[in-house]
Amino acid sequence: MTEKAFTSEAALKRLKKRRGKEWRFRLWGRAAIGFALAALAWLLISIVGTGYTAFQQNFMTLEFELSESVLAPDGTRDPEKLRGANYRRIVQTTMYELFPEVTDRKAKQELFGLTSASGATNKLRQMVYKNPDLIGKTVSVTVPASDQIDQLLKGYIKRDTDESRRKVSDQQIAWADTLKERGIIKKKFNRILFMNPDSRDPELAGIASAVIGSVMILVVAFVLAFPIGVGAAIYLDEFAPKNKFTDFIEININNLAAVPSIVFGLLGLAVFLNFMGMPRSIPLVGGMVLALRVFPTITIATRSALQGVSPSIVDGALSLGASHTQAVFQQKLPLAAPGILTGSIIGMAQALGETAPLLMIGMVAFVTEVPNSITEPATALPVQIFLWSDSAERAWAERTSAAIIVLLVVLITMNGFAIWLRNRLEQRR
Amino acid sequence: MTETTKPKFTCRDVRVHYGDFEALHGIDIDIPDHGVTAFIGPSGCGKSTFLRTFNRMNDTIDGCRVSGQILMDGEDIYDKNLDPVLLRAQVGMVFQKPNPFPKSIYDNVAYGPRIHGLTSSKAELDVLVEKSLRRAGLWDEVKDRLKLSGTGLSGGQQQRLVIARAIAVNPEVILMDEPASALDPIATAKLEALIEELKERYCIIIVTHSMAQAARVSDKTAFFYMGDLIEFDNTDKIFTNPGNDRTQDYITGRTG
Repeated sequence: MTEKAFTSEAALKRLKKRRGKEWRFRLWGRAAIGFALAALAWLLISIVGTGYTAFQQNFMTLEFELSESVLAPDGTRDPEKLRGANYRRIVQTTMYELFPEVTDRKAKQELFGLTSASGATNKLRQMVYKNPDLIGKTVSVTVPASDQIDQLLKGYIKRDTDESRRKVSDQQIAWADTLKERGIIKKKFNRILFMNPDSRDPELAGIASAVIGSVMILVVAFVLAFPIGVGAAIYLDEFAPKNKFTDFIEININNLAAVPSIVFGLLGLAVFLNFMGMPRSIPLVGGMVLALRVFPTITIATRSALQGVSPSIVDGALSLGASHTQAVFQQKLPLAAPGILTGSIIGMAQALGETAPLLMIGMVAFVTEVPNSITEPATALPVQIFLWSDSAERAWAERTSAAIIVLLVVLITMNGFAIWLRNRLEQRR
Repeated sequence: MTETTKPKFTCRDVRVHYGDFEALHGIDIDIPDHGVTAFIGPSGCGKSTFLRTFNRMNDTIDGCRVSGQILMDGEDIYDKNLDPVLLRAQVGMVFQKPNPFPKSIYDNVAYGPRIHGLTSSKAELDVLVEKSLRRAGLWDEVKDRLKLSGTGLSGGQQQRLVIARAIAVNPEVILMDEPASALDPIATAKLEALIEELKERYCIIIVTHSMAQAARVSDKTAFFYMGDLIEFDNTDKIFTNPGNDRTQDYITGRTG
């Protein structure tokens, strides 16, 4: 009878149906994962594809004659006075000498446009400010090419478009090619991107102030959110009386984690800026706002880590005469530490990517100085990306993608570190 | 029962409630000092709950209330002024599932002495750790790997490590809640031999599901049924000539 039950036609049909169901489920699973991987690949390819070229930039190595008659007609060597000297004339002279046959005023202007005007003049000004004795000498200096020439040589500005619809003239193309042949224009690693603060000229703009700002914001957010979040979790889980009121607090902390981040920005604006009168766009306020954003995440991660520790460990400590506090801090917390740290790092990674709340507290400012302290105006990496993405010129698109790559690398590093840390701490058990 | 020795614990009308549910309905029992007292009975009869009243581990359970009187050496252990932490230092406990801390073997044993400040130097602590491990019959097996994690030991070794950990605080009583239920027969035999040795020094109360174990290790046996203490007498009397029909049914396997 049993044999019949498993081999009858109806049984075989049931079996076939069951297998079909299983097969369809697997297919769905693979399709979902395939879709996710494709989306990720698309994102990475499109961003890395537009951004990777920004890590190199075209530079011009030129001989500048720092003639005294232009810079210090009165013979002064006072660095403060020399700051106001006419460095633009020096750069112009050098550029004109590259192609002495050019005489036309308009053509000369175009020729001057091959180099980054403010990049070159600022560099010379700084050199002379530091060492006034350079006046009268000829120096060989590497300055960035203008963003248009950089984009042209990288192939982003198409040579076959009509001249009238192109930002670079035929004449400039010819000069750039000649200079490249003569070895004056060379592509090099783009230090500017990492070392400079923001600038109005794309070829001079970098993420330094944004990175430093982000680091400061994260430090402030971590210092505030970690103790508050972990402390709240430990208290709620271990010491708080179990009643309606603590349930209510618990629900609210969970809800807080789901509040849109821009709301925290508005809160920061209302409380820190308007009520407490703190300055705009400083990392201190940004960190405080993001601490509010992140602490529920840390609390939730900590609680689930604590709940994951076997109660028998606490029982063991209590049975030896440890107090409740000792049992929690000496036995339970070390076991929950990997989960707590992982949750906190992922919370911090979340904070690093936050843009909206920072916009609300004015961190969207155009900051051309690298901040030295948490009370100086700064911007943050995602905000910098937001600002650059809004600019029209072609060179900004490349730099925006480059900044996104940097942000992604930092995020992946943070998450990777969290995973590594968890594995390491769990192995030690 | 030898009436001349003073009992270690004197319990009068001990009731335990979990919320509205009464798990123990007024237990009166005198537990003798030194020797092994076994609590037997079917699952859910309240024997583990009763065991946990002796070191007030029930305090850690939400909604659990203990009423009645439990005197240890004549002192009320549920006195409002008594800190359960001090009580638990005198009444050690071994649990059903071995629960060594995920730390080194040394640190497991040293944890109790450290929190109570029992030793004043590293050397003293070393001596105490060795003494405790020796008493628990584990020293020879672990002396070369004291720095390795206690969770890496076998189940039986872990249970003896937990006993060493309890002994290190120098308690007077050791409570054991089905200590052999997760162990194989060989580890169980070692544990029982250890209990035999320890009873010279400590008052041991053991909850067990195995009647054979109760018969082997204990001097006195208490039979619990549905939250009541049915019978309490010398172990050989309980197992050869029980005074109550329910005890008889249980030990012969007719209920349980």
